[in-house]
Amino acid sequence: MSRIVFTAVFLAAFGLGFAGSRSGGGNFAARAQEKPVLSEVKIDNFSFGPAEITVRAGTTVTWINRDDIPHTAVSTDKSFKSKVLDTDEKFSFTFSKPGAYEYFCSIHPKMTGKVVVQ
Amino acid sequence: MTAKTKDGLLHDHNKDGVDRRGFLKCMAWAGTGVFCVMQGGVLKSYSMSHMLSGKAAPGELSFVQISDSHMGFNKTANPDVVGTLRAAVDKINALPTPPEFMLHTGDISHLSKPEEFDTVDQILKGATPKDIFYVPGEHDMLNDDGKGYLERYAKGSKGAGWYSFDKKGVHFIGLVNVQNLKAGGLGTLGREQLEWMEDDVKHLKSSTPIMVFAHIPLWSVYPEWGWGTEDSSQALGYLKKFGSVTVLNGHIHQTMQKVEGNVTFHTAASTAFPQPQPGTAPSPGPMKVPGEQLKSVLGITNVNQVHGQHALAVVDSSLA
Repeated sequence: MSRIVFTAVFLAAFGLGFAGSRSGGGNFAARAQEKPVLSEVKIDNFSFGPAEITVRAGTTVTWINRDDIPHTAVSTDKSFKSKVLDTDEKFSFTFSKPGAYEYFCSIHPKMTGKVVVQ
Repeated sequence: MTAKTKDGLLHDHNKDGVDRRGFLKCMAWAGTGVFCVMQGGVLKSYSMSHMLSGKAAPGELSFVQISDSHMGFNKTANPDVVGTLRAAVDKINALPTPPEFMLHTGDISHLSKPEEFDTVDQILKGATPKDIFYVPGEHDMLNDDGKGYLERYAKGSKGAGWYSFDKKGVHFIGLVNVQNLKAGGLGTLGREQLEWMEDDVKHLKSSTPIMVFAHIPLWSVYPEWGWGTEDSSQALGYLKKFGSVTVLNGHIHQTMQKVEGNVTFHTAASTAFPQPQPGTAPSPGPMKVPGEQLKSVLGITNVNQVHGQHALAVVDSSLA
């Protein structure tokens, strides 16, 4: 009986340990292969949604225009400037440097947004 | 309030010569057949049956304003902006007094594409008035800071395309308030253009009727939607000495009118699609109406010197 228990405990420990090491190794491998974090801003009804987003440095933000009127996304400090986006067109920009990036639609300047990069 | 005089005057909106509230709606929507007549800064309206039963006498000013043709737009609100622009041309050609020339107050194209400008040029060739004076809308300045628009329509103009000219003793000023727009801001004229304008009107006699045309309204229609111009009060300041000033705008895709002292502001309907009245929708985007109603919410504006009077009649008519 004790031998069975011992074996069971041994196997369990071995299994846990093995699982532990595998998951540990797996985590490490997964982080190395992790895809860049994507963040999306929808443009609709003459507004950016969400109007303010916070992302990590290295994030690629994609604006997609779901409105039935063209819009743009242009940063006030000139770090990025989309082409004119008609309905369903996209623009992406990768934020490598931390900071607060205010932007607006150059066609309808009342539309404003902000990307905070940490 | 309503007094019938021998010349068919319906409303004297300025009984004592001053419109105290400074606000007037001659008509809420195009096509109601009311004429707004501006005479020395005083607005009066006449019933349609009385007015213009004949034609304006030869030698008197007559022109048409169209706006916001948005060539290239093809969404639900109007899948056929070519067709409705053609209907506007038909309407112009059917006017009792052939207009001498036309004003286009901008958003000629939807995406500033050369083929869009080409198509509008082609269609407008079918209109009786051969001279067309343009000012750009924000949709016309999308490429290369508006190079496409400027090369096509603004030869002989200054800066971003502003200019002035005279017709039958009336001084026309075409302004551009859709360039260098700032985040969170409204339309803007800018220092260079304002300085030019101040100089342009400096030596004119105060009895000269002034006609200003620009895309975005030069009065504060609804700032939340960007319907206004930040530095327009400066421009209007240069016009204080004149007895009669008319401002013709587009951009808001509906007719609206306001009188402030000697200035009458008027916006035209679009030939492409309507937009909601201020604050009645989440955004100022294209407003969908049932197909059979579309032409009734699009339109042209006809401006005529009233026969025998020193007055200008501003008349909106729909495409229906």
